[in-house]
Amino acid sequence: MYAEADYVMLSALQHYQYCPRQCALIHIEQIWAENLHTAEGRILHERADSREKGAKGCVRTVRTLPIRSARLGLSGQADVVEFHEDGKVFPVEYKRGRPKANRCDEVQLCAQALCLEEMLGVAIMEGALFYGRNKRRHAVFFDGQLRHLAEETVSQVHELFRTGVTPKAEYAKKCDQCSLMSACLPKSCTDARSVRKYLAGMLRGIDEKDAQHPVCDDSGRLSE
Amino acid sequence: MRKMLNTLYVTTQGAYLNKEGETVVVNIERETRLRLPIHTLSSIVCFGQVTCSPFLLGHCAENGVAVSFMTGYGRFLARVQGPVAGNVLLRRQQYRQADDLAASARLARMFVLGKILNCRTVMARAMRDHGGKVNADGIDKTLQVFSRVSRGLVNETALDNIRGIEGQAANDYFGHFNDLIVAQKADFVFAGRNRRPPLDRVNCLLSFLYSLLYHDARSALETVGLDPAVGFLHRDRPGRLSLALDLMEEFRPVLADRLALSLINLGQARKKGFRVLESGAVVMDDETRKTLLTEYQKRKQVEIEHPFLKEKLPLGMLMFAQAQLLSRYLRGDLDEYPPYLWR
Repeated sequence: MYAEADYVMLSALQHYQYCPRQCALIHIEQIWAENLHTAEGRILHERADSREKGAKGCVRTVRTLPIRSARLGLSGQADVVEFHEDGKVFPVEYKRGRPKANRCDEVQLCAQALCLEEMLGVAIMEGALFYGRNKRRHAVFFDGQLRHLAEETVSQVHELFRTGVTPKAEYAKKCDQCSLMSACLPKSCTDARSVRKYLAGMLRGIDEKDAQHPVCDDSGRLSE
Repeated sequence: MRKMLNTLYVTTQGAYLNKEGETVVVNIERETRLRLPIHTLSSIVCFGQVTCSPFLLGHCAENGVAVSFMTGYGRFLARVQGPVAGNVLLRRQQYRQADDLAASARLARMFVLGKILNCRTVMARAMRDHGGKVNADGIDKTLQVFSRVSRGLVNETALDNIRGIEGQAANDYFGHFNDLIVAQKADFVFAGRNRRPPLDRVNCLLSFLYSLLYHDARSALETVGLDPAVGFLHRDRPGRLSLALDLMEEFRPVLADRLALSLINLGQARKKGFRVLESGAVVMDDETRKTLLTEYQKRKQVEIEHPFLKEKLPLGMLMFAQAQLLSRYLRGDLDEYPPYLWR
């Protein structure tokens, strides 16, 4: 059981799955920047988050539902939760873009289900991801493997926040899509780059320039 | 790198600013005079009788746009700002390293290294451009001294030695500064640095430019969440922004000294643009100040490639980039703080 002060945000799981450094920059360093992708996501969520309740036939739909799990130390919001007449609880998460190759969206949805299970005392077997690009629902089954993956991610995020150490950057193609690229400096803040080498190079450059273009005609004095 | 944003200065008395969607609207006598998208602004400065709607203030706070209120004469009154940027772990790290002499020295030597090498570039450029007119022998010797001293600085660990090296280099540099003036030599004579108050026209230009740098350094540091008052090379002194002074060092030659020299050598600053007061203090007139501000802004637009980041950015973003690199060094991302070295 976690104290409320130590809860992490559900969104941190998503950030961690995408890139642990991004997660640290947002949640530890408190850096946020918007770009086209985040703005699209925000607008999509603003629409989903209108907190309207709807009833389609025998299904009651609740939007922007605050949820938490004391066992996992997790809190946040579920975009959409459907309450069916037969007692079934069914979370739906809205995503811009298209289904991804990795399981990060599924992990986030599963974590929501774990929160709902704890709060409502029910078992939740499945939910769905709704992708803005193809406007389709994809069913997600919360099997043992996915639950394990979700819980593992949660504990990794807790560990990251406990240490407070931002992981080093590793430049990858996905960095070009990241709104935090200019704050992260993935090409400069890596173990591969060394300021000492940069300085040595600059100093060498000055010596070479002086040797090539002696500032004075009497170049002999340069070889001090 | 992030975009260079503008500051909106509102000086019309009775102006009222409000928010419409994502824009800032300036109304004068119930008439809309200006509309600006909020994402193009970094700050809004209101002089005298200027009011803002609470919604605009809230929106500015959310978007990281600082709103300042000044008297009609430009005395600071109040500021509306969103949450403090950055995080407490960064600031704690800053304080810890500032308390530690060895850690302070590690950073201080980099600020001094940047300053000396950039001073060296100012002198080397003057030699290249005006080789015949300047005191070539003396400058040439100083260039060599500066590159030798720089190589030593990289491994210097004693804060007192670093301060000593900095003082000596400043003496050498300002000792040659008068040689770098190649036009209007009778009207612009530099015989050493003085500032409280400046006693000649060159010092008057330099002091004003340094005060612009000081303000830019402060806001760059605050933007990345560092405390501008706690420095490494400069020690704590109430009322002084020591870290802003530290960060300024590498930029003095590049953004201020070079600009002062251009203003004089290109004849943009003239003798008649300055007034000598009864005490001997020299002040510039409004027109000279306007010329200087315009040229400073122009210079900030110039694009350069940052030698460490290997990224193109306008000179005006340099301080922000360096503040960011400083915060990344303090958070353990870099093996040293990389000063900006002008080529």
